[in-house]
Formats: sequence, C-alpha cells, structure tokens
Amino acid sequence: MPAADRETVERALVFDARGLTKVYAMGDVPVHALRGIDFDLRASEFVVLLGPSGSGKSTLLNILGGLDTPTAGQVLYEGEDLARADDAALTEYRRRHVGFVFQFYNLSPSLTARENVALVTEIADDPMAPDEALRLVGLEHRLDHFPAQLSGGEQQRVAIARAIAKRPAVLLCDEPTGALDITTGIVVLEAIARVNDELGTATVVITHNAAIAAMADRVVRLADGRIAGVERHESRQRAAELVW
Amino acid sequence: MTRLRVTALDRKLLRDLWAMKGQAAAIALVMAAGVAMFVMYLSNFESLRRTQTAYYEQQRLADVFASLKRAPERLAARLAAIPEVAAVETRVVVDVTLDVPGFTEPASGRLLSLPAAGRPILNDVVLRRGRWIDPARPDEVLASEAFVDAHGFVPGDTVSALINGRRRRLVIAGVVLSPEYVYSIRPGEMIPDNRRFGVFWMARRALASAFDMEGGFNDVSLRLRPGASPEAAIAALDRLLEPYGGRGAIPRAQQASVWTLENELMQLQSFGFVTPAIFLAVAAFVLNVALARALALQRAQIAALKALGYSNGEVGWHYLKWALAIASAGALLGIAAGVWLGGAMIGLYNEYFKFPSLDYGLSWRVGLAALGFSLAAAVLGARAAVARAVRIPPAEAMRPEPPARYHTGLAASAGLLRRLPHAARMIVRNLERQPARAAMSVAGIASAGGILLVGFAFIDAMDRLITQQFEEALRQDVTLAFVEPRGPSALHAVARLPGVLQVEPVRIVPARLRVGHRSRPLAVTGLVAEPRLNRVLDLDGRPYPMPVSGLLLSSLLATALDVRPGDVVQVEVLEGRRPVRQVLVAGTVEDAMGLQAYMEIEALGALIGEGSTVSGAYLLVDEAANDALHARVKALPVVAGLAIKQAMLRSFRETLAENMDLMIVMNVLFAGIIAFGVVYNAARVSLSERSHELASLRVLGFTRTEISMILLGELAVLTTLALPAGSVLGVGLGWLIATGFTSEVFRIPFMASWPAHAWTWLTVIAAAAVSGLAVRRRLDHLDLVAVLKLQG
Ligand SMILES: Nc1ncnc2c1ncn2[C@@H]1O[C@H](COP(=O)(O)OP(=O)(O)OP(=O)(O)O)[C@@H](O)[C@H]1O
Ligand SMILES: [Mg+2]
Repeated sequence: MPAADRETVERALVFDARGLTKVYAMGDVPVHALRGIDFDLRASEFVVLLGPSGSGKSTLLNILGGLDTPTAGQVLYEGEDLARADDAALTEYRRRHVGFVFQFYNLSPSLTARENVALVTEIADDPMAPDEALRLVGLEHRLDHFPAQLSGGEQQRVAIARAIAKRPAVLLCDEPTGALDITTGIVVLEAIARVNDELGTATVVITHNAAIAAMADRVVRLADGRIAGVERHESRQRAAELVW
Repeated sequence: MTRLRVTALDRKLLRDLWAMKGQAAAIALVMAAGVAMFVMYLSNFESLRRTQTAYYEQQRLADVFASLKRAPERLAARLAAIPEVAAVETRVVVDVTLDVPGFTEPASGRLLSLPAAGRPILNDVVLRRGRWIDPARPDEVLASEAFVDAHGFVPGDTVSALINGRRRRLVIAGVVLSPEYVYSIRPGEMIPDNRRFGVFWMARRALASAFDMEGGFNDVSLRLRPGASPEAAIAALDRLLEPYGGRGAIPRAQQASVWTLENELMQLQSFGFVTPAIFLAVAAFVLNVALARALALQRAQIAALKALGYSNGEVGWHYLKWALAIASAGALLGIAAGVWLGGAMIGLYNEYFKFPSLDYGLSWRVGLAALGFSLAAAVLGARAAVARAVRIPPAEAMRPEPPARYHTGLAASAGLLRRLPHAARMIVRNLERQPARAAMSVAGIASAGGILLVGFAFIDAMDRLITQQFEEALRQDVTLAFVEPRGPSALHAVARLPGVLQVEPVRIVPARLRVGHRSRPLAVTGLVAEPRLNRVLDLDGRPYPMPVSGLLLSSLLATALDVRPGDVVQVEVLEGRRPVRQVLVAGTVEDAMGLQAYMEIEALGALIGEGSTVSGAYLLVDEAANDALHARVKALPVVAGLAIKQAMLRSFRETLAENMDLMIVMNVLFAGIIAFGVVYNAARVSLSERSHELASLRVLGFTRTEISMILLGELAVLTTLALPAGSVLGVGLGWLIATGFTSEVFRIPFMASWPAHAWTWLTVIAAAAVSGLAVRRRLDHLDLVAVLKLQG
C-alpha cells in the first residue's frame, strides 16, 4: 500500500498521552525515568522508539501497555485514563487490548508453540485460532514444538503470534530483536510488519538499531526522559531491505 | 470452546508438575504418611466406637455396677424405686479356681448367675456357638469365647471348678460374648491372659445354692432413666447397699472393660490428631520451599502471564493448584495406606477386645477430613509462595532475572572461610544466603529424628518397664490369693505347700479414697515394712519401704486426688466393719503402676480393726516342685487363685511383641519418609538454584566428584545439624506424650537410651544418604550445554 494513501486517511487516535512523568524512588535518590512526555498513537500506525540506554523507552512502553502507571500525567485509551486505572482495570485492559512482545520471549517452556498461543486465546474475547496466528508469523510447521526445540527467532515469532492472536488494538514490542542475529531479526521484524499491515494493529517497537527505524511510519527519539525528536517517513522500507 | 477442555494453563500445570515429579512425590509421600496415620487411628477410633455403642445398646449394658457381700432379693424392689433407676438386675457373682483339663497351672474363673427364666434384663450375652443352658441341669454353663478359644474347647467339653471347697464339673453348653467382658482381665494383671482367666454364666439357683446365696444376691446392675444423673443414683444405691456390705457402686465409665476401651479410644483419638499434625506441618514446609523455588524459576513467566492479561487471581489459583494437586495425590495415597494399615490394626484390636463383630470401616467423615487437612496444609505451605508470585509486577517480564545476592556472612567475617577449601566455602555461603530455609530444613529433618526417637524410646521404655516390673519389683514366682481374708496361721500352711521357699504376706483391702469431692474406688495394698518379694519401686528402680504409719500413694493417684505428703485422705473401707478413717499421706512414689495405695500390713490391719489378717501371699518356689504345687493348690478350697509370674511375663511379651513390631516398622517407615522428603527436597532446590554454577564449574574442569561434594556437602551439613536437634526434639516430644497421655492404667516412663538415639541417627542418616544418592545421579547427568544455554 503506498504511504501516501495511508496519510490521507485521518486515522482514529489509539493513545493520547500528555505530560507523562515517571519517578522511581531508588533509596533517597529519585530517578527521573520520564520527564513530561506527550505521545499519541493512531490506529494501524507503526512507531519505532529510539534512544540511548536509560532514556526511558521501556518505561514509556510499560505505561502504554498498562504494566506500570505514571507518577504524573495522563494516558487516554478509548477515553479512559490508564494513569488512574486500578490493578483490576489494567489487567482487563491488557487482556482485551494489548499484545506484548518481550526481549527474552518469556514463553512457558512446558507448553508447545500452539499451547503458548492458546494461553492467550483462551482468555480473549474474539481471538483467532492459535494455528492461524502461528501461520501469520510463518510457524505453521512448528506447532507442536516446545520452546527448547525452537531457535531464538522462532521463539520470538511464537511470542509475536501469542501477542497478536487476540487481535489486540496495540502491539508493543520491547527490543524484539535484541537477542537475535541480523537474519533472524529481519524475519521477526517482517512478522511484526505483516501483522501491522494485515490486521492494522497499531504497533510500537523499541530498538537500539537505528536501521530498523526505516520500517516505521514515525520514529520517536527519547533522551533522558524527554522526547528529543520525531521524524515521519513518507514510505516505509520492507524489513528485508533494511541495512544494519 | 467446551468447558471440559484442558486449558493451556492446566496443561502447563501438569507438565511442570511432571518435571518436578521427584520433589512432588517426596512431598506427597510425607503428606501421605501423615494422612495414613490420621486415617488409621481415626478410622479405628470410629470403628471401635461404632461397634462399642451398638453392642452396649443391643446387649443392654448397665449404667451402674455394684458388688456387695450379700443382700436379700427383696432389696431389689427398693433399688428399683430409686427415682433415677429404670431397671435392676441382681446377680450372684463369684471368683473360683479352675482346673482345666490338659493345663497344669490353676486358672481363675468368674461365675455369673443367669436368671431362672429368659435372658438377663441387663448385660445380656451373645450366644456364639452351642445352646443356652438347660435350667434343669445345674452343671451347664455358658463360657466366654476368649477362654474357650484359647483352649480349643467345643460345646460339650468340661472344666472343673473348685466351688466352695467342692470340685464341680461344669459342662460348656454354649459359647458367649458379653459386653461386660469386651476386655477381660484377671484382677491385678496388666494384660489379658485368656488361658488363665475365663468367665462363665450358670443358672442362678445352682450358683446360689453352692455359695449360700439362695434368696439373695451379691452383685447388682442398674439401668438409669434417660438423662438421670449417675452420681445421684450411685449415692442412693450406696446408701441402700451399705448395710449389706456394698463395696461402692461405679458408673459404667469406670467398669473395668468399658474403662480400658475408653482409654484406648482416647489414645487413638489424640494420637490420630497429634502425629499427623507433625507430618502435615513438615509437608507444608517442604511444599513451601519447593514451590518458592519453582516460582522463582518461573518469575519471568509469571510476569509474562500477567502482562498478557491474566489476573492476580488466575495466576494465584494456578500456582495454588500445584500445591493442591500434590496434596490430593498425597491424601489419596495416604487414605489408601491408612485403610490398609487400619485393617491390620483392627486385627490387633480383635485380639484384645472381644466384640461379636468388630469390622473395619472408613467413614466419609474421616476420608473427607483427611483430604481437608492435607489440602489445608497445602494451602498453608503454598500461601506465602503464591502470594509472592502474585506480587510480581507484570513489568518484570521486560527484564531478565537479577542475579542472586550473596553477602559476606558471619563465617566469613569471623575469618573462618579463608581457612576452608573452596567447596566448603561455597557450602557455607549457600547456607548463609538462605539461613531461614536452612534452619527450616534442619527443623524438618529434626522432626523426623524426633518422631523416630519417640518411637524407639517408647519401645525401649516398654521393655525396661517389663524388666523392672517382672524382675525387680515382682520378685516372687507366684502370687496366691485367698478366697477370704485369713488369720496369720494361714501363712504357715502356705509355707508347707510343696516347693515353697519363701512366703511374704499381703493384705488387700477394697476402699474408696476421698479428698473433698475427688474420690477413687481402689484397693489398699498392705505389705511388710521391708518387702523383699513384691517391692514398690520408683521409675529409677529405687525400692520404697512401707511407712511406719500412713499411706504411700503412687504419684498418679496423688495427682488424681490432688494430695501431697502430709495431707490427709479419707479412707472408706468397703469390707468388714467398713470403718471410715482419716489417714495421713506419708509419701508418694513415682512408679509405673497406675493408681496404687500402699500401707504397712500391720498398720493396715489396725486401720480396719482386724489385726494381722492376710488376703494372700507372695511365694518364692522351687521350680522343680511346680507341678506338685499346682496340683495341690487346685484342690485347696481356701485359695481363690494363683498367679504365676513367668506365665504372665510370657503372655505380656507375646502380645506386646506383635504391637511393637508393627510400631517399629511404621515409625521407621514414616519418619524415614519425612527425612527423605526433606533432604531430597533441599537437595533438589539447591541443585536447581545452582545447576548453572555447577555446570560452569564442570566446564572449568572440576570433576563430577568435586561438584557433587559441594551439593552433597550441603546436605551433610544440614543432616549433621539436624541429628542433635532431632534428639532434643524427640526428648521434648516424648516428655509431652508421656505426661499428656498418661492413663490411669499404667504409666510408661519416657527415657531415651543411647541405643534409641543411635538408631534414630542411623535411620535419619540412611534416609539422607538415599536422597543424596538420588540427587547425585542427577548431577552425573547434568546436561552442560542445556544448563549453560539458559540465562543466569
Ligand atoms: N524499577 C525501577 N526502579 C528504579 N529505577 C528504574 C526502574 N526501572 C527503570 N529505572 C530507571 O529508569 C530509567 C529509564 O529506564 P528504562 O528501562 O525505561 O530505560 P530504557 O530506555 O528502556 O533503557 P534500555 O535501552 O537500556 O532498555 C533508567 O535510569 C533506569 O535505571
Ligand atoms: Mg529498555
């Protein structure tokens, strides 16, 4: 799909975050992980978060995903403020709307690929079949393998299948290729891009690899808890064309 | 999606459980041991209780029993008029010497009268074989099944009884059981001896005429109206019987057989709760450690589950199910084992207690309670670990697990570590890192040691009690009892019996001892000032001489009456002129013999105003003359019975040996399971925590033996610490049981001997060694690549 077409459609706002601040109390010294961030995300948008280590990327993503709450500021999701939601509401939010992909996969080692996906589809409202999710990430031939029998990239693709099987509104990935080599990393990124494309899932990917940014509609740079820059891409590169 | 489908989460549960099956099995076994005991004791309790209640009800066991010298039958009407009384049964009851064909020693028999027509109103017997007696035939009797079986008699066989100086042939017409003699023991003995004691029922008229009881009775049983107070009835009964030589009525609860059964039931019930509680506590602890470790390994998974939208409740319930699954498996295994052991135990009871049918049954109540207790223990054990899991923030799924924190511990600061080799240093650090867990492991192993020690020491104590009683306290060969108290000249006659080497008199006086509202009906034993045959010993084997005046009480009796030396007890003599006297308590003795009161024989004679009468004698006899002595005694009308020490000892040991074997096996097995479970679990947790480290060491060139040393060394340290702790715990536990469960029958002193300690230690070490070996096998198969592939 040409990027220009996408631009013309004014897409619905998924997240509207204003003035996000996060302070961790480490003993007597407060650590300012986020210092007032405004961030929005639109449906089917693909955003890459870049920034040096410790700049607050994970903190931001965790807050968006309902894993954590900000010290100050608000995060509107479908009109609800996640910053003020209680634990049960956040659980409900994660369960219905968010797909997570972690750096270390975090699969259950005692469950097969299909069962790891089923873990999520069983508690979701309108999930796709686990097999279908795994087919989307190109793992239809690995359904009954245990994580230990899969390569790192395959494990990460299972994790992606697990994240998207519930047809989430947002897909949040924290360094999904961090533990992978280039080729495997590209396969994983392709899977994410494909989900974003085919299902229109709004996607946020954290990475240290600036090259990956070329895949995004928008690149947000963080530095020291602040937004240091935003760039929009007219056209997105395919993962296979990335130069690492 | 159908509801019955196994969810992915449940599948994970099953596979995770399977992956830790060794540990799960160890925990389930410990639980099973506790549950087995609970089921065994309580199902036996219930079976006995159910059988007992039904039996007493069916056979109309009396509520109050009394014996007296002789009262005219017309008194019965006045007894029936007591407001509380619903039914009265008068009887003639006498004790006689038996001459049993093919049995050289004299036996004792008790003859009870049967009403002239119909069945007894109270205390009816159950006819097992043969037929009811023919009222027209005065020589026919019904005989107690225990006695008949012990001799292999059949209906139609005969025994001879010495009835009022005449030898009478008794024909066994029928074989019966009686609710009064579920547990039948010859007065003055500790354990039933069915060959030397038999109970017989015969026609009232025949019995009465032989004992000059025509138109009278010397025994009465009452049934009370529902809700009536036994105390009031007993007081009224005692008043009415007093002029007729009443010896003090007792409520059903104090009737010898009922009382023994009741004591046993109480013991079953308390053991049924106490021992399993210890096992379940240990199981809960082991479960806690195992689960905490398993959850630590799954931290990232738990966080991920939450990040994926699983709620705290779902995650908590998932992990709680681990514990519940293990507990259910343990409970089911335990219930099965408990039923099996319970069946074996009821077999033992069937030898002691004679019921028409004592069948083993497990009630739903006991089964469900067993399941409930194990689930509760599981929840208790899992609670902390699960709560910790629930508290893991979902954001943690985004981070790798932080490395375990070590710190410079006590040993290191003491400069101790530097002098230790590497392996030892690692052992000490690891123990120091988790001091609470190490302490709990030690406590767990120690509780196995404690349970073992109690078992071994109890057996030891039993053995010592027997030795003390039969070899040091009762030094006579034979105890001879007269039918009636006799003058001192009777002793000369006894001394002239064949083979008699030494004679020591004894005077036994039935009396009620009363202090305030506390009272006990018992017998005051009069002994010579310095007894040489039947001695009174304390638990350390020190002989006690008879006080010049006043009573010497067993400490159990002193406690029961709440008196101390220097206090005064009211002694209400229940025979002869029935004087009531205030007597000083001269001393107490810590003995093993239950409720006992002693006096110097002359002082006792003066107290009852009779001078030097004797009711029996202790004899030292020449073994070679045994047969002649027995033959002679059987023909002596004045002798009511002869108790032969060797025979008593033999039957005591036989009965006991059977119980003891079962007890030892169970103890070693169950405590072994605890020790194994705790050590194995500690080892597996250590292994799991350190497989990465140990594999790295292997890669660095350490040998299997060297890395085994690190892990096994840790177990050795835990076990070594637990051994003395177990001994201490065992002594405490034993003391608690000895004081808490002392019955008034007899008392078993708790004293753990060195061999008992040694056996305890050996068993614990053996169990630890077995689990060490099991873990060692895992170490040998440590997959280096797989371990190192996993992160930290
Ligand atoms: N739980 C926490 N407690 C205290 N400080 C924290 C915590 N989590 C993050 N921080 C601090 O907040 C700051 C931002 O952390 P964050 O994880 O968001 O960085 P990041 O941009 O994701 O870094 P990286 O690229 O290394 O993952 C860091 O200084 C970090 O040390
Ligand atoms: Mg990060």
